[in-house]
Amino acid sequence: MSAPVLDLDLIPPLGEPRPQPVPEVATTTLPSGLDVVVVPRPGVPLVELRLRVPFAAGTPRGAAQHTARASVLSGAVLLGTAQHDATGIAQALQGHGAELTVAADPDRLLFSTTLLAEGLAPVLGVLAEVLTAAAYPADRVEAERDRVAERIAIARSQPGVIARSALAARRYGAHPYAAQLPAPELVGKVGAAALRRLHRERVLPAGSTLVLVGDLDAAAATDAVAAALGEWTGEGTAVGAPPAPTLAPGHLEVVDRPGAVQSNIRLGGPAPGRTDPDLPAVRLAGMVFGGYFSSRLVENIRERRGYSYSPRSAVDHLAAASSFLVEADVATEVTGPAFLETWAELGRMALAPVTEAELDAARRYVLGSMALSTATHAGLASTLSALAGSGLSAEWLAEHQRALAEVTVDQVQEAARRYLAPAALTGVVVGDAERVTDALRALGPVDVTASAAADPA
Amino acid sequence: MTAVGADLTLRHPVERLSLDNGLRVVLAPDRSVPVVAVTVFYDVGMRNEPEGRTGFAHLFEHVMFQGSAHVPKMEHARLVQAAGGTFNGSTHQDYTNYYEALPAEALERALFLEADRMAAPAITEENLRNQIDVVKEEIRVNVLNRPYGAFPWLQLPQIAFESFANTHDGYGSFVDLESSTVADATDFFSRYYAPGNAVLCIGGDLDVAQTERLVRRWFGPVEARDVPPTPHTGEPSPTTVRRDVVEDRLAPAPAVALGWRVPDPVGDLDTYLGTVLLAELLSEGDASRLERRLVHDDRLAVAQSSYVGLFGDPFDVRDATLLTTQVHHPAAVPVDDVLAAVHDEIGRVAGEGVTAEELARVQARAGAQLLRQADSVLGRTLAFGAAELVHGRAELAGELAARLAAVTPDQVQAAARGLDPGTAAVLELRATGGAR
Repeated sequence: MSAPVLDLDLIPPLGEPRPQPVPEVATTTLPSGLDVVVVPRPGVPLVELRLRVPFAAGTPRGAAQHTARASVLSGAVLLGTAQHDATGIAQALQGHGAELTVAADPDRLLFSTTLLAEGLAPVLGVLAEVLTAAAYPADRVEAERDRVAERIAIARSQPGVIARSALAARRYGAHPYAAQLPAPELVGKVGAAALRRLHRERVLPAGSTLVLVGDLDAAAATDAVAAALGEWTGEGTAVGAPPAPTLAPGHLEVVDRPGAVQSNIRLGGPAPGRTDPDLPAVRLAGMVFGGYFSSRLVENIRERRGYSYSPRSAVDHLAAASSFLVEADVATEVTGPAFLETWAELGRMALAPVTEAELDAARRYVLGSMALSTATHAGLASTLSALAGSGLSAEWLAEHQRALAEVTVDQVQEAARRYLAPAALTGVVVGDAERVTDALRALGPVDVTASAAADPA
Repeated sequence: MTAVGADLTLRHPVERLSLDNGLRVVLAPDRSVPVVAVTVFYDVGMRNEPEGRTGFAHLFEHVMFQGSAHVPKMEHARLVQAAGGTFNGSTHQDYTNYYEALPAEALERALFLEADRMAAPAITEENLRNQIDVVKEEIRVNVLNRPYGAFPWLQLPQIAFESFANTHDGYGSFVDLESSTVADATDFFSRYYAPGNAVLCIGGDLDVAQTERLVRRWFGPVEARDVPPTPHTGEPSPTTVRRDVVEDRLAPAPAVALGWRVPDPVGDLDTYLGTVLLAELLSEGDASRLERRLVHDDRLAVAQSSYVGLFGDPFDVRDATLLTTQVHHPAAVPVDDVLAAVHDEIGRVAGEGVTAEELARVQARAGAQLLRQADSVLGRTLAFGAAELVHGRAELAGELAARLAAVTPDQVQAAARGLDPGTAAVLELRATGGAR
């Protein structure tokens, strides 16, 4: 068949948009300092719970040890309380459709679960018990720490993790954000007493935010939280990460992974934070470049050249630093050409205007995908919890949507010039150095390092 | 204290029609959010691939995004995304699906796009070569360039089953992928992508009468073709242990997977539901039998999981399928210690049964997870579509939580008796390269 031509008369036009339901958000601060955010929503008879406890390393010097302890604490906090062992805690939750998971990242601890709506009070009771009476039994903590060390070794064998770690180390230097994964030798030294102290000093209600979304009544749910978590108190308030530095990009780094059949290209640089007026334009520039399937990067290195399955870019927010990130996993033999095309598309973004059609498509996609991602209990709960980490409320969503609607082609180009220019980005390629370095050197200076994962865990 | 007895049935109305060309249509309206999902399920998956064409169902899925009679390359994505929607497709063992989630006002556009490629996808040499390259990169990302990439989903079926349909690599060998031709793709389309071999399922913010008119307008003209018979993929149950070892030069630590044949998911659904809950009871969360025994009490494992269905969704497969238990363990722990503990725990369920209290907790958790999936318009619509295609009844997707809540301790005990150590397929992964 001959290649079709797009006949716009054939394409069904879009109808009138229906208004998005605006969530009714009830926010309360308890006497302990805990912020409680409750959003009733129609839908399935479930509630989504997110408790965000700020948990950044207090100082750069203590960051490595803090990260190691946090990685063990997030599992060990569920290993028993004064009243129940780990199984008892899990069973008490399971009967209400719940399973508490605790995750640590450089900014926070996040306690999450789904639960059947009728189980709100008892699940909050179990959460309170974990927060106020986690026992950290010594033998169980020791076993957990050994498991964490094994899991880190497995994670560090994944090329995506090696690449992410190498890029963070380059971009953040001595800042705590540089350490994506804790060192196994530090994990191996974490003891129960240190975890009990860390919990006492840092798992605090003041500065933390509990989000509940779903099949509930706002007033009753807020009362239930106040009743269940009234005993959770503590001296002091949450600690956020110190301001992150912006380091000069430096040479491209090739992290050697001998025999790799693919190279993992990663580029990253600073991006505006959530309240920076430049953010909407940078988000839209990033979309046009590589933020979705209809982007230039995907059309070029996937759909035209077949170099990569899932090339992509994104704006990512941590509490003390926001990033513009580019990722492409490409066959070893095309690493040089794929890097060149990625670099060239970034240069085009920085130097030439996008079209009105590209901007409109990106804008509609961002607005549509924001609506989709907040159209479930779980999606809305996670979004509100992340915003709370930046000190923002649900109103930010509406403000950001309004700002996105007003971005112009000129603003996109200005933003791209500053944030997407290839010279502004730090680059890392994880791959077989012997086979990829020569081609990459044709494009600029390259430093080759041994894989961070090569040292035995 | 538990949710047993709570009403977990999803009461979304389901409307059904079929067109003269054989297309089955399911409409599941729910106007609570202004989002609509359009999904098309074709009754062809990895198990339908002929010998010499491993990976072809998945490769063809990629080709379906390369444009169609009235849609140039890249425009399918642009037309969906510029309307504020998302799209994707996925290839399963028994079906291939395509889907969009969009603001409600873009419904007709999505119907146009799906109908256009159901009638005439752009199968060209250039598009096929391009997507063979893209699929090879996908396989490198997900299998070849990472530790545990094929484990156990591509490797365990080779010893767990007998027939080519069930044992072959559904991602495809590079030799087979590279030798695929436009004629192969045209034949495959002609044979398997007939409207009578498909289910169109639309869910979310829609008006039934108006949607029916739009469906007839866009899909009515797609020409009817013969529908191939559903292939028989069942196999006799194994009577012996089958054991094999694979080496992974990228893995830093060993792992082991056990697979047992389970009852027919479609022909014997009630018995099968006992097996689905058994998998949850064995492995879901800190209260589960294997998490307690392997991870916490005996400290034999770093992580464990059990699931029914090759991709972990017990309701998207026909016979034959497996319950798989997968364990990552430290190198210092002998694999036979892991196997003995797994068989011992399953033996306890088979011998002593489970209490109603323990089962009720497991049912509450399993029900909550099904409801969570159903909270998204797209998740719900995909579940309705899969239930219509695999089970012939979209409504089943809404009833599953309640059906699981009705399973008895005896059914779970019977399911455990089916996991005989003497009929397991056991695949050891040895870490041969160390960390790298």
